[in-house]
Amino acid sequence: MHKLFIRSFVSSLVFLFTLTVAAVAKDVKAAFVYIGPTGDHGWTYQHDVGRKAVEAAGFKTTYVEGVPESADAERVLRQLANSGHDVIFTTSFGYMNPTNKVAKEFPNVKFEHATGYKREHPNVATYAARFYEGRAILGTIAGSMTKSNVIGYVASFPIPEVIRGINSFTLAAQKVNPNIKTKIVWAFTWYDPGKEAEAAKALIDQGADIIAQHTDSTAIVQIAEKAGVYAFGQASDMDKFAPKAVLTSVENNWGPYYVERVKAVANGTWNQKDTWHGIGDGMVVISDLDPSIPSNVRSKVKKLQADLASGKVHAFTGPIYDQKGNLMVAEGKTADDGMLAGMMTYVKGVEGDIPK
Amino acid sequence: MIIDVNFVGLIIASIMASAVPLILASCGELITERSGVLNLGVEGMMIIGAISGFALMTVTGSLIIAVFGAMLAGVLISTIFAFLTQTLITNHVATGLALTIFGIGISAMIGKNFVGIPGKEFPVIFESLKDTIPLLSPILFGHSIVFYFAFALPFITSYFLKKTKIGLIVRAVGDSPEAASNQGINVKLVRYSCILYGGAMCGLAGAYLSMIYTPQWIENMTGGRGWIALALVVFSTWNPIKILIGAMIFGGLTIIQFHMQAIGVRIPVQFLTALPYIVTIIVLVVISRDSRKIRLSTPSSLGKSFYKDN
Repeated sequence: MHKLFIRSFVSSLVFLFTLTVAAVAKDVKAAFVYIGPTGDHGWTYQHDVGRKAVEAAGFKTTYVEGVPESADAERVLRQLANSGHDVIFTTSFGYMNPTNKVAKEFPNVKFEHATGYKREHPNVATYAARFYEGRAILGTIAGSMTKSNVIGYVASFPIPEVIRGINSFTLAAQKVNPNIKTKIVWAFTWYDPGKEAEAAKALIDQGADIIAQHTDSTAIVQIAEKAGVYAFGQASDMDKFAPKAVLTSVENNWGPYYVERVKAVANGTWNQKDTWHGIGDGMVVISDLDPSIPSNVRSKVKKLQADLASGKVHAFTGPIYDQKGNLMVAEGKTADDGMLAGMMTYVKGVEGDIPK
Repeated sequence: MIIDVNFVGLIIASIMASAVPLILASCGELITERSGVLNLGVEGMMIIGAISGFALMTVTGSLIIAVFGAMLAGVLISTIFAFLTQTLITNHVATGLALTIFGIGISAMIGKNFVGIPGKEFPVIFESLKDTIPLLSPILFGHSIVFYFAFALPFITSYFLKKTKIGLIVRAVGDSPEAASNQGINVKLVRYSCILYGGAMCGLAGAYLSMIYTPQWIENMTGGRGWIALALVVFSTWNPIKILIGAMIFGGLTIIQFHMQAIGVRIPVQFLTALPYIVTIIVLVVISRDSRKIRLSTPSSLGKSFYKDN
């Protein structure tokens, strides 16, 4: 009787042990927290494309969409950590504090926070993409192809990420065409097709013949197509929405990073770090160039793309002046990451003030 | 900057284009409210119209099916509201809010497969006349049929309410359902019809957004325009012609503000976003000082349930 009991006890222990080992080695579960709906065809949509890459690599994934950047975020994170997820990606800046707070309570769960800078616990890593490198490419094309020398730019919110993009775009455009002006319209939304369309239309009516955007919907490229001006796609390749207008798009490519990090969790090689990848690492991708771009511009673009990728050229190379003519970056120097992360002033050549 | 007439014409044309969904939804809601029913589900009915129109256009390829399908979808979803408030006598406010939440949710669910698909181009009429008259051509020509319908609708609505017998019945039901019922009018039938008509117009307003204004589907793409349309009905003191003016002001605020930004004039954006609601409150305060005017313009039984014992 006793023997039987001990045998069954031992065997069940062994069974449990194998189960646990199996769970640790194979069934790594990743969770993704999104600020918007996966149907936004912009920021969240691209993160979800990355999630699907993780799924394709053989891992289980879960996602929660439309999570507000408030106490709700903490609740969602706690629930995901409690329900057996090994790594949680939080894909919006505003999740920074909730991520760190919940990470403290779950030291065995890894947290990956996008676009933030706080890593208060050893299980929190941060990652972001150098989209400004892509915008330097767009600026080069815009500066070469504008006829009116007025370039419109629909911006979302006055935060360093967006201002960095405007500056990088303008600097690159000035390099090929010193006469250009960048007109900015702040839409104060990340996606509202109607509003974005109205903003783009206002810029076109005021003489802009190329429209760049830092909002997420495809409304702007559609308006450009109707008005017969050029535009650039944002976050994903928007060419099919406006085949004539879209010269190229800057794509957010999170997939490779997500797969790499989830694999690292599975292998036990995950470590805390801050990742800021650009064109070189493939996190920022330039879509196919439109046939309407002339070959001399094309070769200029290809060269810049290669130089940005190799690190030979930095998008913020001095001398760079602000709107009042004060030196921001000295000749021969490049802006360091700290300066880029906190950039809240326009460079010379951008029109207007940053709204407060 | 030199202001030339064509530039002004372009600005007015874009303001009018942005006013179209507001006019359609408000005129629909106005009829509903005139019959004494307060339907706060405008945003929900619009978003249902937006996804239905876009989905039908993508699946069938027919713009006519899509436009009428969107209106039908608006009718169907408002039928739920009508059944709850008129047959089951639920509270108008709570049911309307639920309708909005329901509409946003279900449209997102249906819309999952329609994200990232470019819409079809909607035909415009009189485009060949676009460069004939300075200032007026961009305003008058080269728009979709829905655009022209929207600008005719307030006048049709006004005529309907003031000059037709059915219009009189609708107003009677909204002002005093008891009296109307005693006169042998089927209050429930009138209110049902008005709710369904409102649903159809909201569906059309949504379809305008997803098929004509910005031909694409994105979750929540109505972006609060349903709430502005609701405010507009109050702003207009239930007068369709004033809806036309209000929609131009409300729609124009954003566009003028974008133009000012591009020129370099700064206005706090938060203030402009709140302006339609502030203006509505001011209008309410102004009209509420005159109790006679209120009695004349507000449907007296607005938002009150009516049921007959029999």
